[in-house]
This record gives sequence, C-alpha cells and structure tokens, in this order.
Amino acid sequence: MDYRTVLTTCPHCGCGCNFYLEVLDGQIIGTIPCKTSPMNEGKLCIKGWNVHEFIQSPKRLTSPLVRKDGVLTEVSWDEALDYTASGLKKIRDTYGSDSIGFMTSAKVTNEENYLVQKFARAAVGTNNVDHCARL
Amino acid sequence: MTDDVKKKVEELLGSGKIKGFLGLSKQNGHVGPRLFCKGEEVDNLVTGDRNLSGDSRYPLNKQLINLARGYPDDTFGVLVRGCDERGLKVLYTWNQLDPKKIIPVGIACPQELADACECSRPYPEEFVAGEKAEPVSSASVDRVDGLDLIDRFGFWMNEFARCVKCYGCRDICPMCFCNECSLESDGLIRTGDIPPEIPIFHLTRAVHMAGRCIDCGLCNEACPADIPLRTLYKKVADILDKEFQYRTGFTTDQKSPLNILGPAPTE
Repeated sequence: MDYRTVLTTCPHCGCGCNFYLEVLDGQIIGTIPCKTSPMNEGKLCIKGWNVHEFIQSPKRLTSPLVRKDGVLTEVSWDEALDYTASGLKKIRDTYGSDSIGFMTSAKVTNEENYLVQKFARAAVGTNNVDHCARL
Repeated sequence: MTDDVKKKVEELLGSGKIKGFLGLSKQNGHVGPRLFCKGEEVDNLVTGDRNLSGDSRYPLNKQLINLARGYPDDTFGVLVRGCDERGLKVLYTWNQLDPKKIIPVGIACPQELADACECSRPYPEEFVAGEKAEPVSSASVDRVDGLDLIDRFGFWMNEFARCVKCYGCRDICPMCFCNECSLESDGLIRTGDIPPEIPIFHLTRAVHMAGRCIDCGLCNEACPADIPLRTLYKKVADILDKEFQYRTGFTTDQKSPLNILGPAPTE
C-alpha cells in the first residue's frame, strides 16, 4: 500500500492555488485544497477541485498531431517542429512578421512564457503576443 | 498536546495494530494530511493548529473512506476531534466504514475553538490530549432566527447570490459519499448554468445535510464566497433535534429519521 498526499500547484490559471493530490498506489484519486497556502487558504474553484479527474484522462494528447489529408495524424516531435517552423517561415516571408501572432498560456511557467515572447520578438520579429489569462 | 498524540500513534504503529495512521503533518511550512506508516515518521505530526487553534483541519474521514475502499481488510488509525468522531459514528451507521477496522485517536478542542465553532460537543468520548471545553450554543442561528421572515429570506438570498458553484462545500464534506449527487441531477437543479439557481441549489444541499451533517464546519472554511453554510446546516440539525429528538453523530444505533420509510399515507 502506498498512500500519499502530494502538495502541488493548480495547473489551470495563473493564480497558483495550492492543493494536495491524494495518490493511492500511483493513481490520483482526489484533490484537497491546502489550508495553509496564502494564495487560496483552503478554497478552490470548480476547475481546481476536479484536477484529479483530468490529469489521468485517456483523452489527453500524448504525441504531436499534424493534419494530413484532412486527418489528424500522430507524428514525431521532429516532424511536428519542422512542419511548424517551415510554415511560420513561409507566412513571415510572404506576408511579413506582423501577420503572425503568439498566444501563450497561464498553464505554463513564467520561464516558458518568457521564451514564447522572446521567440516572437527576436526570431519572428513581431510584438503580437497575448495570453489566455486575458479572457 | 501533540506529544501525547505522537506517543499514542507510535505505540499503535509499533504494536502492529494499525497499518497506518491518518493525521496531519507539518512539511515545507504547510500543514496537511498525511498517512503515517512508520514510527519514525511521527516526528512531524501536528494537530492542525497554525496561527489559530484548529485553523488547519482537513477532511480526514473522507480520506479514510478512500483508504478503506482500497484496503478493506486493513485497520487504520485516525486523528479525531469531537466533530470527526460524530462523523465516524454516522459513517459506521451508513456502512461506509467498519468500526472494527478503525482506531480513533481523540483530541479535545480548546475553549477558543469550541467558541469559534459554536460546538455542541467539542471533545470525543475518549481522548489522549487536551481538556474538555464547555459546549457552546449557536448564537449565529439565533441571530438569523431573530429576523422576520422577509428579512431572513433576504439575508439568505443575499448570501447565496455570491455562490460561484465550485461544489467545494460538497467536495470537502466528509459526510458526502453518495455515488450520485442531487446537485448534479437535472431533475432537481439546472446543472449547466453558472452561477447556480438560488435558493434551490443551497436548499437541496441543506435538506440532504439533515441527519447527515455533523457540524465540522469544513464547508464553511472551503467556501470561496464566505457563505455561512454552517449556520444553515446548524439550523437544519436543530429542526431534526426538535422534531425527531435526533442528534446526528451522537449515537451509532440509530439512522437518520428522514431515512425511515413509515407506513404508506392513508389518504
């Protein structure tokens, strides 16, 4: 028997609520808000309360998908990145840098968000950067 | 207080009477629930006081149900206050836990916490630490009861209007163990909308708490909108006491009177 309560941060928005995930023999079975977290003080929203249900969902994507002949097809990371990079280059060269925009996410780290805006500005040459937390 | 609990838990784990002890621990600056399986882990066991007495309580009984479902043949120890013990009694009555497989380790709450909770019995039957505090009556219920009908309805509608429908009150509740929840039943409540329909959402839950709520107050603490749910459920419990002389969690030999089907109506 291996039962643990693992303190972690909610992956949903940028607030950073803390909760304990109940883990029984490697399976996540529950979410318990952390009382001593200064952010959420033992409270959560409906999305936070249900984190344990989506983490292990079989519906989650496990590899990149590229649409080939109208069908989403699993491909390797190398192929997906080559496809994306060549597509972005083609659009930039044809329509200019400001024809491209970057949407980043509250579900990733500050460092990852930094990288996205750096890539947009330094590699692509546009200030079109926005974020899902604006919603 | 904590040392007495640690001693008892070490003794239980050492004797092999329990597979694990579900309690609270302080780690990384946070107080949280933890299953202690070895005597040497007990060092960082705490009883849930951080800044205030009992400000870091967790739904241990709810976790205990998960453990018992996974490992029905093992015996577990659990940290209980007066409210948790009432909870265990109700869970035994409803066949959610087997009393032969649970060893509670009791602590009595200090008067400060009993006052804050307006607790009718702030201590379990047996406890290894703490002193019996005096029971406290529900001034919060009296205050709302003191309003006339229109004002009282207005008061509750005003409170319910802040609800964000997080279901936190249900999700934290150690007495909410139903496989199907009425709060997700389209027949009773429009389920697709946020915020919820008021007052039906809250009153449906209040009715379900009659004979079930053991007044631990965790729902109140989990509510992001600070709705005084505890006051509402205390009132429901008072009605049950007055009408049926039933006090939830005070006995193990009696199910909630609302669960007894009487004879068919004659008319």
